[in-house]
Amino acid sequence: MTDAPRTHCELAIVGGGPAGLAAAALAAELGVETILFDEQPTPGGQIYRNIEANSRKHDALSNILGADYAKGLALVERFRRSGAAYEPLSAVWQISAAGKLGVSQKGRAYLTRAGRVILATGAMERPVPIPGWTLPGVMGAGAAQTLMKASGLVPEEPTVIAGSGPLAYLVALQVMKAGAPLSAVIDTSQKGLFETGFAALPVLSGFGRDLLKGLSWMAALRKARIPVFSGRNLAVEGISRVEAVSFETRGKRQRLPASLLLLHEGVVPNNQITASLRCRHVWDTAQMAWRPWTDEWGATSTELVAVAGDGAGISGARAAAHRGRLAALDAACRIGRISRAERDERALPERRHLQREARFRAFLDSTYRPTEAVRRLADEAIACRCEEVTAGELRAFVAEGFTDINQLKSFSRCGMGQCQGRMCGGTVARVLAQSLETDIETVGYYRLRLPVKPLPVAQLAELGNAERDLRPSPMGVDGDPSQRV
Amino acid sequence: MTATDAIVIGGGIHGCCTALHLALRGLRTIVLEKNTVGRHASGVNAGGVRQLMRHQAEVPLSIAAMDAWERLDDLLGPDLARNCEFIGSVGQIGIAESEAEMEWCHARVTQMRSLGHEFEEVIDARELRRLVPAAADICRGGIISRRDGHANPFRTTQSFRLRAEQLGVRFMERTRVTGLEQGDRCWTVVTESGVFRADILINCGGAWAWQVAEMIGEHLPRTHFASTLMVTSRMPHFIDPVVIGIDRVLSFKQTEAGTVVIGGGVLGDPDLNSETADTVADRMVVSAQTVCEFFPILRRATIVRSWAGLEALMPDVIPVIGPSQVARNLWHAFGFSGHGFQLGPIVGSVIADLVATGESAIPIAAFNPGRFSSNDMLGTTRIPDRKVSQEAGHE
Repeated sequence: MTDAPRTHCELAIVGGGPAGLAAAALAAELGVETILFDEQPTPGGQIYRNIEANSRKHDALSNILGADYAKGLALVERFRRSGAAYEPLSAVWQISAAGKLGVSQKGRAYLTRAGRVILATGAMERPVPIPGWTLPGVMGAGAAQTLMKASGLVPEEPTVIAGSGPLAYLVALQVMKAGAPLSAVIDTSQKGLFETGFAALPVLSGFGRDLLKGLSWMAALRKARIPVFSGRNLAVEGISRVEAVSFETRGKRQRLPASLLLLHEGVVPNNQITASLRCRHVWDTAQMAWRPWTDEWGATSTELVAVAGDGAGISGARAAAHRGRLAALDAACRIGRISRAERDERALPERRHLQREARFRAFLDSTYRPTEAVRRLADEAIACRCEEVTAGELRAFVAEGFTDINQLKSFSRCGMGQCQGRMCGGTVARVLAQSLETDIETVGYYRLRLPVKPLPVAQLAELGNAERDLRPSPMGVDGDPSQRV
Repeated sequence: MTATDAIVIGGGIHGCCTALHLALRGLRTIVLEKNTVGRHASGVNAGGVRQLMRHQAEVPLSIAAMDAWERLDDLLGPDLARNCEFIGSVGQIGIAESEAEMEWCHARVTQMRSLGHEFEEVIDARELRRLVPAAADICRGGIISRRDGHANPFRTTQSFRLRAEQLGVRFMERTRVTGLEQGDRCWTVVTESGVFRADILINCGGAWAWQVAEMIGEHLPRTHFASTLMVTSRMPHFIDPVVIGIDRVLSFKQTEAGTVVIGGGVLGDPDLNSETADTVADRMVVSAQTVCEFFPILRRATIVRSWAGLEALMPDVIPVIGPSQVARNLWHAFGFSGHGFQLGPIVGSVIADLVATGESAIPIAAFNPGRFSSNDMLGTTRIPDRKVSQEAGHE
C-alpha cells in the first residue's frame, strides 16, 4: 500500500481464499478496478494458506499437505497476473450499506468507498462446545492444520482427533505423517463413510476419486495402527489443561489420555459482516448453519454487496472458485464492463461445475452432520468462552421470561467479548431455541455493529479518509455545556 | 378486550418506573411495549447517574432522583436493587483543558451556589490527578459532583420491570399500539394483539412518543437522535469516576467488567421506521481522538463493539413531563434528550402524583408539553446545530 490510502475503487473483494482470488482475477481481467483485501500476508486463504512459499519448497511438508493443496497455486498465479490490486495484512472492520469499507492495515485504519463489494470471507470451524472444550490443549483440527501450513508447526504431544467429516481424517493423516504422536481418532459422525458412500454410489458417479481419497486416508490410519473409535457424548477432562477425553462407544464409556485434543465438526459460513449489514439470512437445515440469502450470482439483499464461496453456504474450495467467478461476472455487468448476455454466456461453464459439486456436497452434508456440536449443552458447559457464560446461566434468564437473544446478551454478556460473538452466536441461539421449543430461525442472531473486527482506539483516532465535515454530535443550546444532550 | 385502570405506552425505564408507582398507588396497570422492555435508549445507554452540569430546570428532579438511587433497596427490594449494579459516590467529573473551560466551571459553581445547590465544586489539577491518576497533563482541573456514579442500564430497567410485575403490573411485549380513542368514560387502545380499555393513559414512548400523541391530534416535536457508544475489550482497572468533557467531545467510564464505555454524543444514523440505528465510523473519530488525548492509556485499548440507542431529542434539550394539551387523563413523559437515565427512578413517581393529585411536589413547569408553540419547535427531524456537546449517550 502506498502512504495515502485509496479513497475509492469500483470493486472491493474481502478475503483471499479461492472465492476471493478467482473473483478478483476475473473482475480485473474484465477491466474492473478491483482491490482484494485479505488479513493474511500472502494469498490463499485458509485452504491454500502460504501456498506460494510452500510450493517452492518441495519438502516433506508439501508432500504431507498433498496434491489438493498444491492446486491452489494456479488460482494465486492467475490472481497475481490479473492486475487486481492486493492489500494483504488488512482487516476489514466495517462495511456500510453504502459500500464504505473500514480497513486496518499495519497499525493504521482508513476508510475506502467501493462501488460494489464481494465478500469472500469463507468459513470458520464450527465450535464444538462439549464439557471442558475451553481448557488449554483443546483446539480446532482446522486451526492445527493452519499452523502446519503457515509455520510448519506440528503437535509434539500425545494427540487425539475427534470429529466428523473429511477434514478430521485428513488432518489426522497429515499430523501423523508429520511425525506427531497421534494416539487415536474418535469419529463422531452417525454413519460411516463406507456404508453411506457405497449406498450413495449412484448419485456420486464422477466422484470416485474423492471417495477413494477419503477411504485411502482411513486405510493409512489403519495401516499405522492408529485406533479409530466411533464415539459420542464426548467430554474433556483436566484441571488446568486437557488431560484426557472420554466418550461413549458401544454402550460403554471410554477414556483416552491426551495432551492435545483436536475437534472438528465441519465448518460454517463466516457471516459477521452480512449480519452487521442486516442482510437477509436463512437457516440452512442441511448444514445446520446460518447463511446470507443470495441470488444465483451471490448478490445479497443489500444492494451493493455479494457473497461468494463458503461464506454464502458451505460448498468447498473447488466450488468457491466458481462462485467467485459468478460474483465477478455479475459485478462486471453491473459496473458496465460486460453485457448481460456476455455475463450469462460466461457463467455457463461455471454453473456446470457447480451443479456437479452440489451433488457431492449434499452427500457430505448428509453423511457428516454435526453431532457433538449440536448436542444439548450440560448446564455447566460454557456457551460463550470469552465471557465464560454457561448454558445454565442462559437458561436461568430464559426461565425469568427473557426470550430475545439480545436480551440474553445484555444480561449475561454472552457475545460481548473479544470474538464479538462469532464463537457463541450459534450456540446461544441453540440453547435459547431448545428452551423455548422453537426453531433457530425464530430466535435469530445477535445485533451487530461496527467494528466487525476489533479496532484499536488509537487507530480510530487517526482514521484516514474520514469525512470530517459530518457534525460529530448533537449540540447543547446556546453554547452552554449544561444545556446539553 | 381487556379493561384496566391505567395503561402505560412504552417499556423503557420511565414506562417501567411509572407503572411501578401507579401500582404502588393501587392502580391496575398494563404496560404496552412494541418491542421488548429496555430495547432502545433505556437499555443501551452508557449508564451514567449524573447530577453534574445538569440544566437548571432539571436540578430539583435530578436531586430527588439521586435520593431515590441511593434508596433503591426501599423501592425495589435488596435483590433487584443489587441487580441494577448502581455504584454511587465515585463522582462524575467534567474535565477542563482550557482556561476558558476552567472559567466556565467557576462561573457554573458560583451560579449553582447562588441557587442553593452545593453538589458541584471546582477541582484543581492536583485533585483531578488524585481522583484520576490516568488523566493526561493537559487536563487542568474541572468540575465534580461527588455523589454521582453509574449503573447498568439494561439491568436497571429490567429491575424496575420485575418490581412492577411483583406489584401486579402486566407487561405486554411485542404489542404495538395502532390506535387511540378517548370515549366519554375511558380510553380505547387498539394494538396488534387486542384492544385494551383504561381510564388513564401515560405516554412514555421515547423516540416514538410523538406518534402516540399524533393519534389523538396532539403535535409534539418529532426530533430524535441516536447517540453512539463504543466499548473496549477488558482493561486493568484504572479509573473510578465517570469523566465527561466540557467543550470537548468526551465521556467515558470503566465498567465492573473492566471494559471502557466511550460515549460523547457522537451521532449514529437513526431509523424510526425500522426501529434501529447504525453507528458511523467517520463521526466516531473525534471521540476517539479526545479520549486518547486526555487518557493516553486508552490508546492501547481495542474497540470491540459499538451501538446507538434511539432517543427523543427536544429542541430545548429538556424532557416533556406533564398533562396532554388536548385530552383528559393522558400524561406524557418522554423527550429526555439523551440524559434521562439518572431521572429514571423519579419520573414515575412524579407522574403518579400528577395522576393522583394533579400536582407534583417537584417543580416541573419547565417540562410542560405546551411549550412547543411555534412550528420551529415542531415537526422537524433536524438536530440543533450549535456548539458541540459531549454527552449524548452518556446516560
